[in-house]
Amino acid sequence: MRILQYTVTGLASGSIYALVALGLSLIYRSNRILNFGHGDMATAGTFFAFIVAGLGIPLMGSFGLGLLFGFGIALLFYFCALVPAQRRNANQLGQIILTLGFGLILQGGIIYFGGTEPKTFPFFLSDSKTYKTGGLIIDQLSLGTLLIGLLASLFFYLLIQKTKIGLAMRATSENLTAAQTLGIPTRRILALSWGLASALGVLAGLFLAPALLLDPFFMLEPFLKGFAAAILGGLNSLPGAIVGGLILGVAESLAGAYISVAFKNTFAFLVIILVLLVRPEGLLGEEFKERV
Amino acid sequence: MPLLEVERLVISFGGIVALGGVSLKSDTQEIVGIIGPNGSGKTTLFNCISGVYRPREGKVIFKGENLLGHRPHEVAQKGIARTFQNLRLFMHMTVLDNLMLGRHVQFKKNPFHAFLRIRKEELIHREVAEEIIEFLDLQAFRNSRVSDCPYGIQKRVELGRALAQEPELLLLDEPIAGLTSEEKEEMAYRITEIRGRYKTAILLVEHDLRIASRLADRMVALDHGLLIAEGLPKEVQSAPEVIRAYLGDEEA
Repeated sequence: MRILQYTVTGLASGSIYALVALGLSLIYRSNRILNFGHGDMATAGTFFAFIVAGLGIPLMGSFGLGLLFGFGIALLFYFCALVPAQRRNANQLGQIILTLGFGLILQGGIIYFGGTEPKTFPFFLSDSKTYKTGGLIIDQLSLGTLLIGLLASLFFYLLIQKTKIGLAMRATSENLTAAQTLGIPTRRILALSWGLASALGVLAGLFLAPALLLDPFFMLEPFLKGFAAAILGGLNSLPGAIVGGLILGVAESLAGAYISVAFKNTFAFLVIILVLLVRPEGLLGEEFKERV
Repeated sequence: MPLLEVERLVISFGGIVALGGVSLKSDTQEIVGIIGPNGSGKTTLFNCISGVYRPREGKVIFKGENLLGHRPHEVAQKGIARTFQNLRLFMHMTVLDNLMLGRHVQFKKNPFHAFLRIRKEELIHREVAEEIIEFLDLQAFRNSRVSDCPYGIQKRVELGRALAQEPELLLLDEPIAGLTSEEKEEMAYRITEIRGRYKTAILLVEHDLRIASRLADRMVALDHGLLIAEGLPKEVQSAPEVIRAYLGDEEA
């Protein structure tokens, strides 16, 4: 029974990693770059929600505004930094450094407007209120996190696999030139994936902030874990990101319970190293090979 | 009025003039062959027409409208489709998906519709795709992943995807290169068929002079980014400038 309990706890934190990983994969598969500003975009959106809520706007409304804000700053980055850089033939490394730079700029802004002292984040779910079913205990916040992870995954599955926009996104990420010649407005599609990815990060931030305290660096660890989860699942695979996130969460939780809390992070990353030794492309990843 | 009028295109890359003022015309349902040795600017010309490159000077007038400065997806929406010398296919999707993506141009622009699958619209697209599958003899590969198909089939899929756009002008970049001699004959036959079936004009870049001159109504020859000959295939093939370009200067 104990193992089931730890699994459930692990799945809840895994949902957060999955949300972060999903955002990173979304960017990687369409732009072929890693977004090192992902955590800071998420933090900025979460802070924005916090500040707006402090102005007396209802919680749900301020969350929505936080998501929009995250969407907006990603568009800003895409159109004002990335596209001009690409026009001047910036290589991939240069573009990755741009994301890092943008992240640092955001961090500065967050510190300036939000301050560095940790804040309690107002939330509609509590982590001290718990439910019991057949020996399993889960708190309200974890349950909510699990559900939101599930809903976000479902939303993305439907969007990518079942809509025309999703088809255009898949085409753009697999072969940009071909997509363009078929009349797909690839720049708009890429901008959309930046916005959605960033909003996903904010969503993770909103559900994480009440469990931790809100400070300008609170997304750093989840970002690194999400990154690891994305690689574990295969960077260019969206289902891989979700699976990777959940596995990482569970592995972490079990390691903390059965080995030692000190090994919580170590063990999780050990799992990743082992998986990558066997499958370098990640669990569900597919190398995009080009015929020469 | 000609369907396409390319006027004095000039483009250079880092001091190397890739096109030095090339002009050409194409009428509705005409097949114009473009020949020339490697590096003569044939593919560059295609890239300028389809909006991938921005020429420094010149005009690309299609149906009376200057396309210069338009992005590739806008050029596609105006009715110009193309294939690539080294295939640009969606290797991880099925043959049918690739053809359906060719229909993207025809999809409703309303973003609200984009989120719904309109059954009727979908059926029409499906029908067009099925027709192309039949025309190109792809039935056996309909649901195969493109990466699993042999090269000759992939070439046909790319042609099919361009046809799915129902273009008025089709740019074919070496559609016969890399095929076996039997496949070459088949492809050549299909290209002549396209004109009647799909009412489209074709610009054809081809290395194989024999097949190119058989297919084309008119031919132009490029060398070092300049137009060196123009006219009926027979005339162009035997023009001294063309022979010199292909075989090299005797003095050199």
